[in-house]
Amino acid sequence: MDNYITKSFTHEEIENDLIRNVSWSKNSKIWLSFLFISLAVCLYFYFFQIRDGLGVTGLHDFASWGIYISNFVFFVAVSLIGMLVSSVLGLAGVKWVKPLSRIAEIVAVSFALIAGVVIITDMGRPDRFLTVFIYGRVQSPIVWDIAVVTTYVFVSLILLYIPLIPDLDLCQKKLTGLPNLQRKIYKILSLGWANKPEQFKIVKKLTKIVSVAIIPIALAIHTVTSWLFALTLRPGWDSSIFGPYFVAGAFVAGTATFIMMTYYYRQRYNLHDYITDYHFHKMGQLLVLVSLVYIYFNVNEVLVPGYKPGSVSAQHTKELVGGHESLFYWVVQLGGMVIPFLLLFFKQMRKPLPLTIISLFVFVGAWLKRFIIVVPTQLEPYLPIQNVPEKYFSYVPTVAEIAITILPFILVLIIMTFLSKVIPLVPIWEMKEEQNEK
Amino acid sequence: MSKERNNNDSRRDFLKKVGLIGIGTASVTSVFFNPDDLKANNKKDKKVKVLTEDGKSVVVNASDIIDVKEEIEEDYKDLRGREGLAGKKFVMVIDLQKCKNARKCMTACQVAHQLKPEQHHINVLEMQDDVNGASYFMPKPCMHCDEPQCVSVCPVDATFKRQDGIVLIDNERCIGCRFCIAACPYSARTFNWTEPKDAEKYKDVEYDVEKNVPQKLGTVTKCVFSADRLREGKLPSCVSACPNSVYYFGDANEDFVTNGTTKETVRLSKLLKDNSAYTILPELGTKPNVFYLPPNREV
Repeated sequence: MDNYITKSFTHEEIENDLIRNVSWSKNSKIWLSFLFISLAVCLYFYFFQIRDGLGVTGLHDFASWGIYISNFVFFVAVSLIGMLVSSVLGLAGVKWVKPLSRIAEIVAVSFALIAGVVIITDMGRPDRFLTVFIYGRVQSPIVWDIAVVTTYVFVSLILLYIPLIPDLDLCQKKLTGLPNLQRKIYKILSLGWANKPEQFKIVKKLTKIVSVAIIPIALAIHTVTSWLFALTLRPGWDSSIFGPYFVAGAFVAGTATFIMMTYYYRQRYNLHDYITDYHFHKMGQLLVLVSLVYIYFNVNEVLVPGYKPGSVSAQHTKELVGGHESLFYWVVQLGGMVIPFLLLFFKQMRKPLPLTIISLFVFVGAWLKRFIIVVPTQLEPYLPIQNVPEKYFSYVPTVAEIAITILPFILVLIIMTFLSKVIPLVPIWEMKEEQNEK
Repeated sequence: MSKERNNNDSRRDFLKKVGLIGIGTASVTSVFFNPDDLKANNKKDKKVKVLTEDGKSVVVNASDIIDVKEEIEEDYKDLRGREGLAGKKFVMVIDLQKCKNARKCMTACQVAHQLKPEQHHINVLEMQDDVNGASYFMPKPCMHCDEPQCVSVCPVDATFKRQDGIVLIDNERCIGCRFCIAACPYSARTFNWTEPKDAEKYKDVEYDVEKNVPQKLGTVTKCVFSADRLREGKLPSCVSACPNSVYYFGDANEDFVTNGTTKETVRLSKLLKDNSAYTILPELGTKPNVFYLPPNREV
């Protein structure tokens, strides 16, 4: 199974194939312009939110957290993929992740970085953001969350950067056509790399250390994010399985995103010889595994409180799976989790295109699942909702709110596009090593 | 104190002599004179009698007196607002049998705290008992819990519990994350989703943390037990406004509460015991300071 790369290449060929994406093509400039225009449109809506307050959204006193918070949870979730692929699987010596680990890190860094932006869009007073650093109190889970997410962003950047050093040096030496400034940056960032065996030794050692360090941090970011809900007294949130439940869900959302990005990069930069059908087959299996764990937690979440007759969480659970809005719940659970899981048992479904389409369903399902976790609980408070406008009984996001929710996705795409223009997406030096071992 | 520094030395020396500056706090200063009266009569020849530090009475020109009140006031107000009244533990008792849904409490509260019609610091709920079918009206303010979840989750100490038991919100600190709204099981909090009511009118009014007015866009607001009125020795707005003797309010340390309508003062412990008082959602362990006397009980 080790020789998943079927062809044999010379080092020269590997370098040429894998450095190709580092360029500023006309198409990429058009695509980036499109992204920036979309960003401007979303910012236009955000301007109204700044001026007029969160009243431009569909939020109200009984659904005071809506799609912004769902989105935040989703972004943090997706970013966990870096830890799963480059760290856990990498440390376990799983060979097929080698050409994919950098893509996983790119996904992790972009989503973790932008998660911070998402949380700012939800703030009633974004102008007071620094207050958190001045008056932050240690018993508030929000402060824990800010601390761990910030740490994760930095450590993920380091994990992206260290194995990149040899490739940055290569870019500087090989890509003479690039702007001088860009090459200068490569030179600075490659830290005097000279392809010496002891340097490779250091890079490998450091990568290993950071890979280990990132595991508890990654677990912490999503566990703490789950605690924003689990540490309250609300039925539906007040649950002791929320930490591992969220982490399991994060791996599902992250793997789906990772598969989609890998497919896109592979098509766009013609990486078929390095990211083969075998890789998709393996990623499909990974998605089956993480989905299985996630389904297990979903069963626990519903069955345990639902079995008991009287508790408030039992009422919440029954409303969720059998009440007025239960159709939505089942569409998301079946369409975004159970059916994709079952389909992936078939080998043909783990071919690149079918797997990517299935991943898209999982991706959308995972986003909607966050909505189901965040919103319905708030609409069922302990005391009745009375003497308020009709719209306080349900929650419907507004156009402005949806645009502001799309905004972070555009930022992520900008970061991913930018990174794919300036760094090789598949680690070149590791691919060369692979060839030598053959 | 910048205003002070701008004055010439001789005047400063003089003022030091009469001890108007350096006394410390504005509240002490206000014992000597009312600055508003002074402003009205601020003519060159006007003389005022003031008291020096060592207790002598002297006559000075009114124009030589600097009004130091405003400068100190804001910080001091904020500080005393955060500390609360020493030695007190405020409690409210709500007699559900008396509530006829007059809603005078809601109106008085919304006027006092500049709230919109859909914003409730106190909300009269129509309750239906699933077991016995009884229905009754239940006024629901903030419970001012002894284990306030809102205070635990607040990331910036914008909402805090004072020594007198009152849970306040500082809307000059609040970042609008709404974690407190998510954490409060009593749905006691409301948010300024849009520009607050009469924002233009109150634009230049100084913020009073004990009253939580003027309201501010993008911040949370909640029942404050009328902390500003308590400082003046008055009962909360809702309590005073009730026409049906529903509310008792007082200090648990003194063990006395006063009815807002009849002004009758009774022993708190006896009132609670004799009427089998209860708190709402006691199983959550939040330890509310608002007690309810059951509806439909024999009198």
